[in-house]
Amino acid sequence: MALFDVSGYKSHSELRGQILGTGVGHLIDRPNQQFAVPVGVDPSGFLKSCSREGGVSIDLNHGTTTLAFKFRHGVIVAVDSRASAGSYIASKEANKVIEINPYLLGTMSGSAADCQYWERLLAKECRLYKLRNKQRISVSAASKLLCNMMLGYRGMGLSMGSMIIGWDNKGPGLYYVDDNATRLSGHMFSTGCGSSYAYGVVDSGYREDMTVEEAYELGRRGITHATHRDAYSGGVVNLCTMQEDGWIKVCKEDVSELIHRYRKGMF
Amino acid sequence: MKEYHYTGPVEHRFSPYSFNGGTVLAVAGEDFAIVASDTRLSEGYSIHSRDSPKCYKLTNTTVIGCSGFHGDCLTLTKIIDARLKMYKHSNNKSMTSGAIAAMLSTILYGRRFFPYYVYNIIGGLDEDGKGAVYSFDPVGSYQRDTYKAGGSASAMLQPLLDNQIGFKNMEGVQHLPLSQEKAVQLVKDVFISAAERDVYTGDALRICIVTKDGIKEETVPLRKD
Repeated sequence: MALFDVSGYKSHSELRGQILGTGVGHLIDRPNQQFAVPVGVDPSGFLKSCSREGGVSIDLNHGTTTLAFKFRHGVIVAVDSRASAGSYIASKEANKVIEINPYLLGTMSGSAADCQYWERLLAKECRLYKLRNKQRISVSAASKLLCNMMLGYRGMGLSMGSMIIGWDNKGPGLYYVDDNATRLSGHMFSTGCGSSYAYGVVDSGYREDMTVEEAYELGRRGITHATHRDAYSGGVVNLCTMQEDGWIKVCKEDVSELIHRYRKGMF
Repeated sequence: MKEYHYTGPVEHRFSPYSFNGGTVLAVAGEDFAIVASDTRLSEGYSIHSRDSPKCYKLTNTTVIGCSGFHGDCLTLTKIIDARLKMYKHSNNKSMTSGAIAAMLSTILYGRRFFPYYVYNIIGGLDEDGKGAVYSFDPVGSYQRDTYKAGGSASAMLQPLLDNQIGFKNMEGVQHLPLSQEKAVQLVKDVFISAAERDVYTGDALRICIVTKDGIKEETVPLRKD
């Protein structure tokens, strides 16, 4: 809980947790989450080494294309919706845009569990910030919090490439944060295995003075063409936009229909 | 008779995991949810047990199906039961299906670097009484679905469910909502198909039907070969 965090109070149940291990939960919030680590093995290579013996194959959900760009009227965020576990498509309708609060969005690429967990933790920290400081957290600070969380676990095999999009006093904000604790501010980013294809499409169609409809169309095209060429991206395009009064969900369209629209001569 | 020996150095390794097979399936309807699993427990070429169901009842409105490594399934369900009791004692009410799903996600992620080798699917009723299915990966990434198959035959069953429940890859078909009787029959047919083609699935099928009146269990025999 917030007061425990601030006062550094160590209740006896936290000590019990250290003795008994992290398997059983506590009644109160755990300020210092401890992760179980395999003994004597490098965590980043551990899962791969187990996956060859006796039919064991632990595949974690992965893969994506996401993109976001700033333009005159705000920020456009477009993501695909495929979650693959090895070569199996675990989900065709994964939600890769995490709603941190009505003025902050986070996108998700890389390992699905890592993104969901750390961005949910970021949402909790943003809420605590708002309660303690009586004003909304800036996009710069929120992305820095996430970046520092990643720094704590650098080299342990986390996989997360995320963009933090928001609107604060300084206007629209777009930051790229990844599992190496890289944090970059910019006007346009694309992440995931299909990002190269998306960059090509968005770079060639981008104009700073686009209308809102043109910007939506550019975001849709970027993702559609990436899903067409990248095996690990697909499903539907989820398009959101960030404006001064918050984010709104624009549309959700199946890429197979979109690709037919865009490549009329081809099929 | 000539005898053959391997006479070189051999590396021995201890693997903390093993694969015990089994398939789990969950379907959400308008006012019901179905969680079904086969009951075969295997390891390598052997069958350890023909009566080891993989559905576990959590509350009156939620059932979880766990397949993968049986040791981790047992420990994980013990931990979930303990956390449910703690919640019940401190909040004086049972956990809802959505809350159990969110809690399971953090329990699984707590072992991000040494995962539980379990593929979970939760089936139950949400606060509005509608059917809900939540599917997980081994480290806690989850989402709400209408239907999901997990375990050894999941790649065979999921496309069949996409076609029959999601009406995918069919044209000019009326999208009728799924009734409980039709859903139960579909689950039985789908498992019979899985038992035909997956060596780790078979013996018997345990179906748990969750409605507002409680949880009903049914057992149906499958191929034992």
